[in-house]
Amino acid sequence: MLSDKEREEIEAEMARYPHKRAMVPEALRIVQTHRGWISDESVRDVAELMGMSAEEIDTIASSYNMIFRRPVGRHVILFCDNVSCWIMRSDAVRDHLVKRLAAGPGETTKDGRYTVLPSACLGDCHHAPVMMVDDEMHGNLTPEKIDRILERYT
Amino acid sequence: MTTTDEKRPLTRNIRAGAEPPDVSAYEKSAGYEGLRAALKMTPAEVQDCVKKSTLRGRGGAGFPTGVKWSVVPMDPRARSPKYFVVNADEMEPGTMKDRLLLEGDPHQLIEGIVIGAYAVQAARAFIYIRWDYKRAARILEHAIREAYERGYLGNRILGSEFSLELHVHVSNGRYMCGEETGLMNALEGKRATPRNKPPFPQQSGLWGHPTIVNNVETVCNIPHIVRNGPDWFKALSRSEDGGTKIYGVSGRVKNPGLWELPLGTPLRDIIEGEAGGMIDGYGLKGLLPGGGSTDFLTPDHLDVPMDYGSVQKAGSRLGTGTIVVLDDRTCPIGMLISLEVFFARESCGWCTPCREGLPWIARVLTAIEEGRGETRDLDILQFHTKAIRPGNTFCALAPGAIEPLESGLKFYRADFERHISEKRCSYK
Repeated sequence: MLSDKEREEIEAEMARYPHKRAMVPEALRIVQTHRGWISDESVRDVAELMGMSAEEIDTIASSYNMIFRRPVGRHVILFCDNVSCWIMRSDAVRDHLVKRLAAGPGETTKDGRYTVLPSACLGDCHHAPVMMVDDEMHGNLTPEKIDRILERYT
Repeated sequence: MTTTDEKRPLTRNIRAGAEPPDVSAYEKSAGYEGLRAALKMTPAEVQDCVKKSTLRGRGGAGFPTGVKWSVVPMDPRARSPKYFVVNADEMEPGTMKDRLLLEGDPHQLIEGIVIGAYAVQAARAFIYIRWDYKRAARILEHAIREAYERGYLGNRILGSEFSLELHVHVSNGRYMCGEETGLMNALEGKRATPRNKPPFPQQSGLWGHPTIVNNVETVCNIPHIVRNGPDWFKALSRSEDGGTKIYGVSGRVKNPGLWELPLGTPLRDIIEGEAGGMIDGYGLKGLLPGGGSTDFLTPDHLDVPMDYGSVQKAGSRLGTGTIVVLDDRTCPIGMLISLEVFFARESCGWCTPCREGLPWIARVLTAIEEGRGETRDLDILQFHTKAIRPGNTFCALAPGAIEPLESGLKFYRADFERHISEKRCSYK
């Protein structure tokens, strides 16, 4: 069941759209903000509020990169491996990150601290290679810099 | 107006590392004067002004903005409300220019939106922004609240008859959301798949209502055009199309970055001048002039002016104007893999050539890179450059993915053949 807070936030946004079902992506994101990811139960909760089937909601949820249909760690690392980052040897930095965390792309560390996801170009190409941890951008990455960044999140 | 103002209107308020101007600071830089001028004109006059300025879309396709607007039905019986949407879903590989404008001067964008919406008489506006541009979204939300408080948004703007509601919609993330019809489906709460054209969005867009979708940089030009006039705007440019352009360079150059320069500035001035040339020990092997969906150009093209017509004549596209530099110590096939894996990963799966073709291309390129390639693989790649064409695919994104591949096969043929004959990548 949706919490009062979740319902309140979704309904506040709803006024901005002429049709209720336009709220599906925002409703999913609001629920994910509270719960960390979108479980089958969350899909059913959103479906009930929208007056749609769970399958309809899931087909929308599963088409967006930033809606997590599997649990993620406390912090999500979006690692950019696109053209400018790749040219600036993002591979070497990614290998270091994966080794350090013992978690590859799409995986979560054993302690539940980090999930590493490959990302679409993060739009900070003049600071390549870059990655984003939660809401924060980190650029000009080197293995040493990765070590320092990882210590900052608990 | 200072000299910088005249030459670099889009970035005149943007200082590296500084917070963006708030509404008062923006007003002091002649901010919202374009809007005041526009509200004294008729919508048709504003449209005409933008058409005369020869402003073309800065999102990649380069369609003339005034012409795009002129197709919106202005009959009072047209379906209401009409919508004005800003595409801030910047996700083209190698492209970081809209982030600069979003984070650096949010009121410039808001002013452009209000003028654009007035010109087509749209009552509702959205900024569709990608999930990852968190800082930009926060800055915009704050600036929008300020604009409502000062009467630049909301009911009866600055005492006129015109009203506009503006809302930031944060995307849940997908490259396809940046394609204008995919963006409209996403805003309607659906999967981001493309729509057939016609009907064009101007006639039947969001929820079947007339809709304009414009890129961030495009819209940021509007206040300056209205405030200073089309002739001033045309004089900014070194090409037949008006204005400045935010150019960018990434890759192994001494000073990667973003600069606002006259449209039509030669590649050499950008790469060797602004970006400081290649890092010592690296040579220039090639470049993508306007993001990941544009054809390679070579060092022979350095004198090409970076404008729509000249880049096209040289065999590529201006695209987003953000240049990705390939150095001579980096494998062009590896670079293509990075691009094609991205396009394959982000395909919405709606049409077969893109859904099936792009992963196949990525696999063949990977086999060649890893020393498992055969000569006939080059024919397979060549076949795909013909099969994935406008007309064979539903939208323009897959043909965009083919542009670097087709030109890569042409310019780096020797590299491909060497990988296949030596069964390894000689850059490693």
